[in-house]
Amino acid sequence: MSILVIAEHDNASLNPNTLNTLSAASKIDDDLHLLIAGNNANSVVQEAQSIAGVSKVLSANHESLADGLAENIAWLVKGLASNYSHILAPASNYGKNFMPRVAAMLDVMQVSDIIEVVSDDTFVRPIYAGNALITVQSSDTIKLITVRSTAFDALAAEGGSASVEEVEFDQAFDRVEFVSRDVTVSERADLSTARIVVSGGRGVGSQEDFSLIESLAEKLGAAVGASRAAVDSGYAPNDFQVGQTGKVVAPDIYIAVGISGAIQHQAGMRESKVIVAINKDAEAPIFQIADYGIVDDLFDVVPQLIEVL
Amino acid sequence: MKVLVAVKRVVDFNVRIRVKLDGSGVDTDNVVMSMNPFDENALEEALRMKQAGIASEIIAVSVGGDESQDTLRKALAMGADRAVLIKSDELPEPLGIAKLLTKIVEQESPEVVILGKQTIDDDSNQTGQMLAALLNWPQGTFASKAVFAGNSEGDKLNLTRETDAGLETLQITLPAVITTDLRLNEPRLPKLPDIMKAKKKPIDVIEADSLGVDLANRLKVLKVSSPPEREPGVIVANAAELIDKLKNEAGVL
Repeated sequence: MSILVIAEHDNASLNPNTLNTLSAASKIDDDLHLLIAGNNANSVVQEAQSIAGVSKVLSANHESLADGLAENIAWLVKGLASNYSHILAPASNYGKNFMPRVAAMLDVMQVSDIIEVVSDDTFVRPIYAGNALITVQSSDTIKLITVRSTAFDALAAEGGSASVEEVEFDQAFDRVEFVSRDVTVSERADLSTARIVVSGGRGVGSQEDFSLIESLAEKLGAAVGASRAAVDSGYAPNDFQVGQTGKVVAPDIYIAVGISGAIQHQAGMRESKVIVAINKDAEAPIFQIADYGIVDDLFDVVPQLIEVL
Repeated sequence: MKVLVAVKRVVDFNVRIRVKLDGSGVDTDNVVMSMNPFDENALEEALRMKQAGIASEIIAVSVGGDESQDTLRKALAMGADRAVLIKSDELPEPLGIAKLLTKIVEQESPEVVILGKQTIDDDSNQTGQMLAALLNWPQGTFASKAVFAGNSEGDKLNLTRETDAGLETLQITLPAVITTDLRLNEPRLPKLPDIMKAKKKPIDVIEADSLGVDLANRLKVLKVSSPPEREPGVIVANAAELIDKLKNEAGVL
């Protein structure tokens, strides 16, 4: 049987995490179908057709699918499920929102946030903020899985020529309506995919001084992240949060500035290739996982870094 | 309206957990346990609804062994009116918990069920969405703001939720399931007199087996292991040395 992957997109372009999710799926089976659930998302369908390894693109086009409402996507996916052995989606906020809804409707116990495919029914996922890894074997007939995108290399975006099949869908759950979206506009690289991430924590001290983190990121062409403490204090918007309950990142370089390194923060960045910590507290737990540390005042070190770079 | 809040007893977020040597699980003997942090946000939101005259009664519910009564006592001390323990010595998977909660919703008929978006032990982030699906209710997940307003069509909820790109707002018609993100509110600490009063508030105990729900696990745990350790790093003197190391030693810059 084939595998269905649900693409994440904004009706204009595909989110790169879709390529990582497909990559995880390809370790289970090589007949991959990709569902684009959206509204006038023709450019996304075209993009999907070119992905190497996708044999068929399913296109469901309806205004009820325009804004990613979980209730509607769940109905759509449930209707398609009987054709598939596995259904996968990225473990992003998008996938986390609708996939458990599909799972319950199908009476399936979802496997969340997998980091390894052991076999077609056995998967590894982190628990306790990544402080333990659990290997589970699913006995459900259809397996529903969300994928941690940083744990799988992306499939190639080019080289494929998948066919397209239109899927009829016109349902709309009448007790939920999309009202508005407030997207953080940043000139910086995307946090989830950037090669370098500079993150600020409580030590930065204020929203004004957070511009120092921005300046260093600009100099490095890096994305900007933040610890939960910095977000809770209003120094940075919520979508900057890296950690157990925020984004999980694994860049080549992660620079933690004024971040103590609580367990829940480490959960979001400990797979980074090289970790740099700048903190005036030599006892901060972040130094236990950092490859390079500077024990000094960030307000001295960061301007020096900007100057030397 | 009645509000049902689900709470779970978990290993405290400050505890550095240890994986058992035989790979069968995580050692939870003699470690500090507390209410799942997101569930504190869930309860706090219900308490604020009551203060604002929106909620009439708050019922805290937990699934677990007798020791979960501690967590329910904390919920009562924070201000829940009463509590229900669905007693199950083996903790069911999120699907099973969602099914058990469905039964309590049928008994209690709340208009809103609030849960934490995930528990910090299993990190599955599923129960609220599954409950909403089983009830065929709308869901407002990862909520950072909830504004209730009645109108002629019934009670409405304007719910702002955290997404990977920022925020989005939904208008939801009740009844509904809400799952909470950390920014929704700042949970209160129970005061001593309230802790004393909570001892007199009722906790109903219902055996999970009596609810007619199939709780057989679908996922077999083959192994629990520790993640690979990171090699210890080095402390460098200044910015120039750091850049040099990143370029010439690590080769990443």
